[in-house]
Amino acid sequence: MEINFEELFESKLAKNDFIEPKDWMPENYRKHLIRQISQHAHSEIVGMLPEGNWITRAPSLRSKLVLLAKVQDEGGHGLYLYTAAESLGISRDEMLDALLTGKAKYSSIFNYPTLSWADVGAVGWLVDGAAIMNQVMLQRSSYGPYSRAMVRICKEESFHQRQGYEIMTHLAFGTAAQKDMAQDALNRWWYPTLMMFGPPDVESPNSENALKWRIKRETNDQLRQRFVNQTVVQAEYLGLTIPDEKLKWNESKKGYDYSDPDWIEFKSVIKGNGICNKERLMARNKAHKEGEWVRAAAAAYGKKQQESQVAA
Amino acid sequence: MNLNDALFKYSIRLGDTSLILAQRLSEWTGHGPFLEEDLALTNITLDIFGRAKSLLEYAAKIEDKGRTEDDLAFLRTDREYFNALITEQPNGDYAKTIMRQAFIDCFDLLFYTALAKSKDETLAGIATKSIKEITYHKRHSFSWVMRFGNGTEESHTRLQQGFDEVWAFTEELFEMNEVDEVLLKEGIAVDLSALKPLWLKEITELLDKANVQIPEGVYMQKGSRKGIHSEHLGYILAEMQSLPRMHPNAKW
Repeated sequence: MEINFEELFESKLAKNDFIEPKDWMPENYRKHLIRQISQHAHSEIVGMLPEGNWITRAPSLRSKLVLLAKVQDEGGHGLYLYTAAESLGISRDEMLDALLTGKAKYSSIFNYPTLSWADVGAVGWLVDGAAIMNQVMLQRSSYGPYSRAMVRICKEESFHQRQGYEIMTHLAFGTAAQKDMAQDALNRWWYPTLMMFGPPDVESPNSENALKWRIKRETNDQLRQRFVNQTVVQAEYLGLTIPDEKLKWNESKKGYDYSDPDWIEFKSVIKGNGICNKERLMARNKAHKEGEWVRAAAAAYGKKQQESQVAA
Repeated sequence: MNLNDALFKYSIRLGDTSLILAQRLSEWTGHGPFLEEDLALTNITLDIFGRAKSLLEYAAKIEDKGRTEDDLAFLRTDREYFNALITEQPNGDYAKTIMRQAFIDCFDLLFYTALAKSKDETLAGIATKSIKEITYHKRHSFSWVMRFGNGTEESHTRLQQGFDEVWAFTEELFEMNEVDEVLLKEGIAVDLSALKPLWLKEITELLDKANVQIPEGVYMQKGSRKGIHSEHLGYILAEMQSLPRMHPNAKW
């Protein structure tokens, strides 16, 4: 009897079973996942840079340890995700090459600058908060290795979000200058964070397949709304003002009405016009290039060791 | 110098040495030669910052003037810092960072193993916790010295250059002054002169296996025991202390 692979794949999706690396899968599904997971991995790696910008200036020993551990976690997430993507038949070198040459995308939020210590707090609170909204959904993604990587990543991310909020708490209840710093960070990060959920549903080119394949389970607008609802309360507690005059509770939808971010700016930053796009990519390229002789030395030494073992 | 003064100065010296080294190492985070190595070096950096925090906490407690470990780290001037000169030297390339680290790891393992037997319980406790960490750090830096020394021509050249830039700062690690004398009598401090031949033997063996030449008659730099540093420390502190100094009444 001939097995109909496509029916088998569809029936797994219908039963909420995981698709595993050795299972048959449609080529578009594979491509979609490689794109999404590798972009996610790149985002973690590039995301080390804006926060890393404050490691040497963290204002207390404790905050320095916390930030350093956080940036290291992001690197660890990058590592799991590259491994999950490799299970789909792409090599780490190919993915890195796509990042370094600017062919691959990463989350555009990391092209915004971290200008003050409050930005480290705001990135944890808002950016990690938004990332968690996306990632909680991805824990139930249909591709097994991705789903499992997300379970682990989500635990750490929610820790990071609490740490970010803790920084905001110290600032918001601190001196007048600290409170100003916190408000300024919220003003600058609010709309870029709303953009993280992607374009409005009516304009989102990749969403339809992603929902059908259960790679994504909620739409961009649904997630964005949930994020706004959650964050308004948190800002109120801090005594900070969300920079949106139209923000208003809407009883009929049991959620807040809010202003759209500037989608023209969104497209412009994705195209490369953010103040940090070039610097982020240059920093990645510099580290890669300066590490080349280190990697070559390790490979050469490893080879010599193997040869001497064979000879002995 | 009374015992309390000596103990404060000793803890500060150890705390500062860990703090400035970790501060230097943390410049690599996010910029390492490849992802796994970036994570490994950051782990090491975290251990060393953690040790710095414990030692400065203890120094603040000994001093008993209401200062915290953060006050000590962020509100002292370069002349009040007593970190070893080797720790403030710029990272350079990865070979120089690794060479500096191998020298320090080798010293630290000998030092903290001895300090674990100190009659001061807090220092002995911090040392005991550190031994396990430093054992791993040393394995890491020593194995990279071997890779660089025996890897490619380029890595070997870079390792030798890294060695040449750092070697002159190693002897200072063993310098003793009145602080050591006072505490040695009480069984609190480590006798650094006893560590030196052990260190030299291990390092000579390592460098020999890595084909690194040790030139004769290198002038050995010192000064940190008196709080006199190279030009680099001023910049490190300017960067590290900028926020607490800009906002004197703030809590973070």
